[in-house]
Amino acid sequence: MKSLPITIDSVRKAYGSYVALDDVSLDIRAGEFLTLLGPSGSGKTTLLMALAGFVRPDAGKLLMGDRNITRLAPNKREIGIVFQNYALFPHMNVLANVEYPLALRRIPKAEARQRALDTLARVKLEDLSERSVAALSGGQRQRVALARAIVFEPRVMLMDEPLSALDKNLRETMQYEIRRLHDDLGITTIYVTHDQREALTMSDRIAVMNSGRIQQIDAPQRIYDRPSTRFVAEFMGEANIVAPGLVRRIDGAEGQREILMIRAESLHLDASLVGRDGVALDGTLRAKAFRGDNWLLTLALHGGQEILVCIPAALAGGCAELATGQWVTVYAPAGKVHAISGAMA
Amino acid sequence: MTIAADPVLAADGRRERRFFLSLSLPALCIVGLAAILPLLWIIRQSFLTTAGEYTVGNYDKVLSSGLTWSALAATLELSLGTLVVCILLGTPLALALASARPRVANVLMAFVMLPLWTSILVRTYGWLVLLRRDGLINAALTALGLTAEPLPLVYNFTGTLIGMVHYMLPLFLLPVYAAMRDIDTNLIRAAASMGATLGQVIRTVILPLSAGGIFSGSIIVFIYTIGFFITPAVLGGGKVNPLAIRIERTLSTFQDWGSASVLGILLLVLMALIAVMFLTARRLMAYNKMGAAHA
Amino acid sequence: MLEAYPDNRLARVLLWGFSALVMAFLILPTLVVVPLSFSASDLLEFPPRAYSLRWYENFFGSATWMAALRTSLILGTLTAAVAVPLALLSCISMNRLGGKAAATIQGVLLTPSIVPGILLAIGLFFVLAAQGLVGTLFGVLVGHVVLAIPVACIVLLPALARFDWNQVQAARSLGANWARAIGGIIVPQLQISLLSATLMAFLTSLDESVISIFVASGRNSTLPKLMFLSLRDQIDPTIAAISTLWTAIVVAVILIVTLRQKS
Repeated sequence: MKSLPITIDSVRKAYGSYVALDDVSLDIRAGEFLTLLGPSGSGKTTLLMALAGFVRPDAGKLLMGDRNITRLAPNKREIGIVFQNYALFPHMNVLANVEYPLALRRIPKAEARQRALDTLARVKLEDLSERSVAALSGGQRQRVALARAIVFEPRVMLMDEPLSALDKNLRETMQYEIRRLHDDLGITTIYVTHDQREALTMSDRIAVMNSGRIQQIDAPQRIYDRPSTRFVAEFMGEANIVAPGLVRRIDGAEGQREILMIRAESLHLDASLVGRDGVALDGTLRAKAFRGDNWLLTLALHGGQEILVCIPAALAGGCAELATGQWVTVYAPAGKVHAISGAMA
Repeated sequence: MTIAADPVLAADGRRERRFFLSLSLPALCIVGLAAILPLLWIIRQSFLTTAGEYTVGNYDKVLSSGLTWSALAATLELSLGTLVVCILLGTPLALALASARPRVANVLMAFVMLPLWTSILVRTYGWLVLLRRDGLINAALTALGLTAEPLPLVYNFTGTLIGMVHYMLPLFLLPVYAAMRDIDTNLIRAAASMGATLGQVIRTVILPLSAGGIFSGSIIVFIYTIGFFITPAVLGGGKVNPLAIRIERTLSTFQDWGSASVLGILLLVLMALIAVMFLTARRLMAYNKMGAAHA
Repeated sequence: MLEAYPDNRLARVLLWGFSALVMAFLILPTLVVVPLSFSASDLLEFPPRAYSLRWYENFFGSATWMAALRTSLILGTLTAAVAVPLALLSCISMNRLGGKAAATIQGVLLTPSIVPGILLAIGLFFVLAAQGLVGTLFGVLVGHVVLAIPVACIVLLPALARFDWNQVQAARSLGANWARAIGGIIVPQLQISLLSATLMAFLTSLDESVISIFVASGRNSTLPKLMFLSLRDQIDPTIAAISTLWTAIVVAVILIVTLRQKS
């Protein structure tokens, strides 16, 4: 299967005074797995629907390969889509659902059947091909939707929060399977989700969206460790945003001037885990909670700002003895202290 | 382990049920007296002579009369004709309304439902005015030069059919429109993303998924039209004689209560047969629901 | 629904063009009588050459038409007054009983709306004839009541399903008897549904013609019966006047009910 790159060039879409997409540009490489991540209302689904052709942009261009598809009808785009509610045809059984796109392409019945069965085997559903869609579990429906989206060998695949209706365990299995399917087929995939963990697990790159704009686009690890804005920092996990004055260098050298982001799990009670060039923060312990594999401490810094400290249970010797109200110093290695743009709230 | 029911509490429960049952009693009584009893009375009357003696002669007379069978044929022709025209006119209209923006659709639905609220006699009168030899439609057709002679549009089968379709169309439309509105937009998007043209989407997704609504609408059309009286009586001009008209004529003109009752029973049997037919068809449809992919 | 196909202009134009024609077909007969009712001529000319109110004068000046109008209005009021309370009680009972019992009651109450009107009419005619009651107001009334009960139930049943029954239990626990619980708790909260049920019951009776044709006679002839007879005999523009009035009243009632529900 030959997959195509996608170019989104200055796309804008407004509904009345509400701007859903505000000058969005994005290049997606052929064969890439890219995730659009953001809270609801951030514009990620609108962008996906614009690529699918169900939303017509007010301005801008969409390219698939060299082809401008901005005004192309949805049924001529050759894009496989997995919908949030799966959108399986309730009046057809599993096999008929998967054969549907092949029937539309007038592929001979026997060949269509073989291809549909092969694709169902790929998602491990070959035994359920005669089942009614209504008789399937959520995970099985998800697989049918996947099979139906890839059976006609589209060049690009779009997925709109496909796992949001599944329970946690199943979701993790499906994340793995979708990623494996992507690697097998090498198909350019754009995946929409509001779950950062899912985005981190699955993607080659993540585009974080908020209020109709792309905030940052990067590989998962960079997005997590080096967020470019406060929004990205806080959306991706438990982030402490601290004014520079509250942080001191362990070696006493001059500290940074910018606002700093330190993740809760980068903070330690033990200074020896942090190099000489690391930083320290002092505060009173407000609360502590045991969460199984870790302890979560809440510290009040000078001035009252609270920060979260997450200590892995394995390194948490002494946590149990800490008493609220006690003065505590926590340390972070220099590499985990990241300056971000924007003002303190 | 089960706990044996406490007889006192069980009796309380029964008393409460009896109380709620008794609330329905007045309505049930009046329906029994003014609807069920009259229907049973028709059966009784069908076995009585004018003098009030027991007989099966009424059945002999009615079933051997050619008029009865032509009335039966006329009834079925009218019902089937109305149904076909309703499907042809109503399904596209329902599709248009279902695809409109909700606010537009609501306003248009109000217009479409307006006839439902006006008296059938008002509407029948309107059609008389429109369809007469010197009526508005013939005047328009002649003025446009489409016909040299005025067309015979009323006091015949055509006029009756027009009147009946006009009566039934809003009632047919309601369930079809509701079924189409209920179709998940993502299904249509999914079909489009897989390459279906508009025609293919209509044929392979929209129509199969609104089949239930079309079916319900068809049942409604049949149930109503099979005993239609006013429209054929006014717009048929004596030339269209379904069972309802024969019943009225046998009763009023010939004062033959027995034969009128037999005709009434015939109408009931016809209704029951059609109901059974529809129910069987629905069951078969449910069986054949699957495996209909090839467009 | 079809926004996935924004480019199919031709199909759209065809679909809406066809739909416009069908909608015109639905509206036309109701509208066409309006100008005719103001015509000055005996002939049904369209458009009328001269306008007058003579057909309205004819209607309001005729003792026969006025008697029929009176009968119909009385009958409609009585029908609503009898059918709505009965329907409310049986809806409460269906709502509480649920299951098979409710389905059976509903089946029986719906019978009159499924059975062809002509059968109800002749059956009722036979029964009334046996009691010597043909031609009485009572005979037509019971016929109209059984037709109005299902109509009222269709409005009231869903309204009751939305009603929070705990309130009645609260009232009962505070010492209210059943009559007070129904009258003081259910009725005030179903006000709007009861109003629409009443209007629908009234309209059902006002519009009913087949039972009237067979069972009503003489002084007790209803408006639809008289209209039917005069339609069969000759096309009198007086009917255009009645039709116009009728449509105007129905449209007004619907507008009032819709606006009330919105506010």
